[in-house]
Amino acid sequence: MLKIENLHASVEDKSILRGVNLEVKPGEVHAIMGPNGSGKSTLAAVIAGREDYEVTKGSITFEGEDIEELAAEERAHKGVFLSFQYPIEIPGVSVTNFMKTAINETRKAKGLEDMPAKDMLKLIREKSELLEIDRKFLSRSLNEGFSGGEKKRNEIFQMAMLEPKLAILDETDSGLDIDALRIVANGVNKLKSKDNAVVVITHYQRLLDYIIPDFVHVLYNGRIVKSGGKELAHELEEKGYDWIKEEINA
Amino acid sequence: MDLKEKLVSSFLAFENRVDVDAYVHDVRSEAIKVFEEKGFPSKKEEAWKYTSLNAILKEDYSVFPKQENTLDYKDIKPYFIHDIDSYKIIFIDGKYSSHLSQTTHDGLDVCLMSSALNKPKYQLVIKNYFNKIAEKDSLTSLNTAFSNEGAYIHIPKNKIVEKPIQILHFSTGNESATMLQPRNLIVVEENSHVQIIERHQSLTDNPVLTNSVTEIFTNKRAIVDYYKIQNDSKKASLIDNTFIKQRRESIASVHTFSFGGKLTRNNLNFYQEGERIDSTLKGITIIGDKQHVDHNTLVHHIEPNCESHQDYKGIFDDNSTGVFNGKVVVEKEAQKTNAFQANNNILISDKASINTKPQLEIFADDVKCSHGCTIGQLDESAMFYMRSRGIPEKEAKALLMFAFSNNVLESVKIPEIKQRITKIIAKKLGVNIGFDL
Repeated sequence: MLKIENLHASVEDKSILRGVNLEVKPGEVHAIMGPNGSGKSTLAAVIAGREDYEVTKGSITFEGEDIEELAAEERAHKGVFLSFQYPIEIPGVSVTNFMKTAINETRKAKGLEDMPAKDMLKLIREKSELLEIDRKFLSRSLNEGFSGGEKKRNEIFQMAMLEPKLAILDETDSGLDIDALRIVANGVNKLKSKDNAVVVITHYQRLLDYIIPDFVHVLYNGRIVKSGGKELAHELEEKGYDWIKEEINA
Repeated sequence: MDLKEKLVSSFLAFENRVDVDAYVHDVRSEAIKVFEEKGFPSKKEEAWKYTSLNAILKEDYSVFPKQENTLDYKDIKPYFIHDIDSYKIIFIDGKYSSHLSQTTHDGLDVCLMSSALNKPKYQLVIKNYFNKIAEKDSLTSLNTAFSNEGAYIHIPKNKIVEKPIQILHFSTGNESATMLQPRNLIVVEENSHVQIIERHQSLTDNPVLTNSVTEIFTNKRAIVDYYKIQNDSKKASLIDNTFIKQRRESIASVHTFSFGGKLTRNNLNFYQEGERIDSTLKGITIIGDKQHVDHNTLVHHIEPNCESHQDYKGIFDDNSTGVFNGKVVVEKEAQKTNAFQANNNILISDKASINTKPQLEIFADDVKCSHGCTIGQLDESAMFYMRSRGIPEKEAKALLMFAFSNNVLESVKIPEIKQRITKIIAKKLGVNIGFDL
């Protein structure tokens, strides 16, 4: 589904990704871990199409198509979704209207008519129940005045609404208490199928107790330096990252 | 012959042609002298530093329409709010169109300035109110000198006018260039309530210059909601001079929506005379190309316990230019005044510009006054956030811009106006999305 080969990317001439290789197949859950500043969020943003980052080398292929030249919205239309580490507050745009616009623009890109209002309401009701989101919440301005946990839950609600093929969750566990973490993980698990894939970016093993990864990768200095199964996450939790750094530097 | 000479020399012919009483005749004769002495304002004047009339004064305007022009209902339907029951006062090239209008004398007067100026039964109101608060500056004086036609609205005491009143000025473009000088007088007596919508619309791309003056008197506890929809064709320019005098406990609001036209100058003046008065001045400006919109506001707080609320949003694309010059005067006696002013702007293009200048003159010591102006760009991270959800760049921009200006729309009391403005904004931004926020 997603194939990243020798990806180099920089922001303002500062090189951040230095040869990332990653392949994600349908039905798989991948976790990307790594110390601060290793390039995890950059990798997420580059896959989603953020324009501040310049891809200097390598390729990103999604379902066999090179998506590197595509705008963020075109990638979204193809089924790429990024759950933001820091969701943006947009005063004056309600959660509902934002979702309506996103869904109908995606449908338009696929040559479909707008979703009938009735179906939209039904979908919103269904998905907000899945994430245990209060109805009142949906008429509020997007992320404005939301708590950290509410913002993250709202991200997964958007994911549920858009039903992406590839969901990248960037530090979705940060700022969540244990109940919110469970709700979010439960939401993600319910949305998982053999046809879609999830990439979880996280510092801690905590979230991976709920969203069980098939593969765990360690990103360090802009490269994936180690890959393994879910037991690698446990090892990192116990031992930290220093042993990996030593291994690399040796 | 330049425009000034042309206007001054045609004054006598005009004055002989119209039939008015001695009082109005004196007012006009006095006014033409003021205009003759002052001429059109130039950029040397502080109040006109950022707005130059030079280019638009060069056109060879016809000052009086040579013929009576007519329009059909279908020609004008797109330009008024037709999905509500309303009174309509409609002018075509400055002349009243009786077959398109819907006026009344039944319990209130919604009719023509020309008849009010020369019929004895209106004489007392004219003497008490006509040209009493209009400034004696050059453009207002010019309008006064040629004042003959426009809307005359008189709401008696204790009357809630259920239907909004729409004042519509059309230019047919039958002349190669037209100058119009509508003059409106609106008197709202004690405890009465009226809603008014004003629009100027040119139906072709022939140049039009409108120099409009509106005097509004809001008496004790009266409520006036005034909406100006400015979405004219790209060769039409408007100088709007509006003066509002408020008596105690009255509430007046003016919303100005500026999307069209070549050059638009809004001189909006509120004079508060009495306690516990509330004044609201709000506006949304969204322009591009080489359009220019200038908001020049004044709120004069004279007595204690009054409020004023100003909120102007501006979005400027391409080579467009904006000006906001907001003056608030709080006299020494006007203690406990609450005066708020905000002017927020977004520049979409590198070539667009806005000059914003709050001016507060406060002579009282126990007041709450605030002002703030911002000039920014669209938030890039918000753009990426929206696009990552599948909302294309143009639509994401539009949604952000709409959200930015939405709190001005929220205080519009007529839902059909809100819908109309929303549609105009969507069209202006080239998108087809619902903004039902």
